[in-house]
Amino acid sequence: MRSGKYDAVLLAVGFLACWEILFLLVGPDVVSSPSTTIMRAASLLQTQNFWRDTESTVIAFAYACLIGIGAGLSLGLGLGLNRFAGDVADPILGTVYSIPKITLYPIILLIFGLSLAAKVAFGVIHGIFPVAIFTMNAVRNVAPVHRRTAKVLRLSPLVTIVTVLAPAAIPEILSGVRIGIAVTLLGILIAELFASSSGIGFALIRATDIHDVVDIFALTLLLFLFAVAINVFLHAVERRVRHHA
Amino acid sequence: MIGALVVLEVLCRSGVIPRATMIPPSEMAAALWQILRSGRANDDIAFTVVNLLAAIALSVVLGPWLGAALHAFPRARRVFEPLLSAYYAVPVFIFYPVLIVAFGVGRTALIAMGAMFGIVAMIVNTMIGLDRVPRVIARTAAVMRFGPVRRLLLLRLPAAAPHLVTGIKLAVAYSVIGIVAGEFILATAGIGKRIAFGYQDFDNRTMYGMLLLLLIMVMGVNGALSHCEKRLHHRFGQQ
Repeated sequence: MRSGKYDAVLLAVGFLACWEILFLLVGPDVVSSPSTTIMRAASLLQTQNFWRDTESTVIAFAYACLIGIGAGLSLGLGLGLNRFAGDVADPILGTVYSIPKITLYPIILLIFGLSLAAKVAFGVIHGIFPVAIFTMNAVRNVAPVHRRTAKVLRLSPLVTIVTVLAPAAIPEILSGVRIGIAVTLLGILIAELFASSSGIGFALIRATDIHDVVDIFALTLLLFLFAVAINVFLHAVERRVRHHA
Repeated sequence: MIGALVVLEVLCRSGVIPRATMIPPSEMAAALWQILRSGRANDDIAFTVVNLLAAIALSVVLGPWLGAALHAFPRARRVFEPLLSAYYAVPVFIFYPVLIVAFGVGRTALIAMGAMFGIVAMIVNTMIGLDRVPRVIARTAAVMRFGPVRRLLLLRLPAAAPHLVTGIKLAVAYSVIGIVAGEFILATAGIGKRIAFGYQDFDNRTMYGMLLLLLIMVMGVNGALSHCEKRLHHRFGQQ
């Protein structure tokens, strides 16, 4: 654990050093220096615009996570419990998961218009598949003896799911949820970069359009830290659940 | 799959889905055929394909070397491990504006984006593959008195082939996402640019035709690589 923390510091210092060297090599037109970027990020945190954009992104992200995870869980559970449906759906889910979903964003925009709904829908189609695939496999991999025990005890389907299947499958399902949340964030940000009227992604593409290098770097840094924080948090939750299971 | 297409066709034809939102699948195919025959999108298709090949080549050639290098130095590997395992949890795409500032709008930024997306999958899978090389191979290398480079190229990497193919499959999928997304958002040409342009122009025939082309390409390549992967895993007797 101690050496793990030490390694993280080493990684961060190495990263900053590379960044600074790059800055010294190519100059401020192309790369903004670490110190300028951090200062700008700090001042961005004090502007109202930034918080409005953040709010817009976070709201879309939260809705997309709720819907994507909810739908993914129920889909995965259904397919995992029904062997035939699962066998049919497995290759289809895999194929759909592998398509670059960015190509579908124009369709979603045509359906929902330029709105919060479009962003949310785009996030959902990113997140739903990993959650569904992991849940399906998790339910399928539950040891048959557990299911037979439930049958012998004459548990109703609902009670079986709540007391037998869920506890056995939860660690694997959580991995799916973690991946789902990560790709949902990617989806929301890509949606905002491509076409939207608010959000951090929108602010980032606006800065790109006017070639504001420092803003680009500061926003990228903040987004990066946000994503890392979410990931660390989810890992901690996962570890905790696994520990209890 | 065919059922879904028929349902979609009927819904579009009957007007439940308005034409402004989606054109019937048969018309998408017709539009694609027209685009291909007229050759007006050839430059864009070539642009995207060349960028993709370049990005994939970068990942597939550099990835295994970096993976092998990290594998050879466990200390360095431990430092980089959290970065590698969390890499895809961070939306790497947010670095695209940074790449545009660095390389300008054009080919280089797109290829760099594609390679950034793909290479980490290759590195990670190389390391997983090398981890699982049977010990008898290492002994064979000792018996044959191979140096470290020959040992890597002739014995250890081939033994890790199934994982390398998994890496290639992922690298291809990720590179496509990186490059097409880049073309969508800011680029001078490419299939993604054409689709985005069709969207902005209310030119649904071009948009859906090119979309169809992209989907066919991606699913074809992905299917072929999955097939190779399965066969290799089967032959090497791993799960």
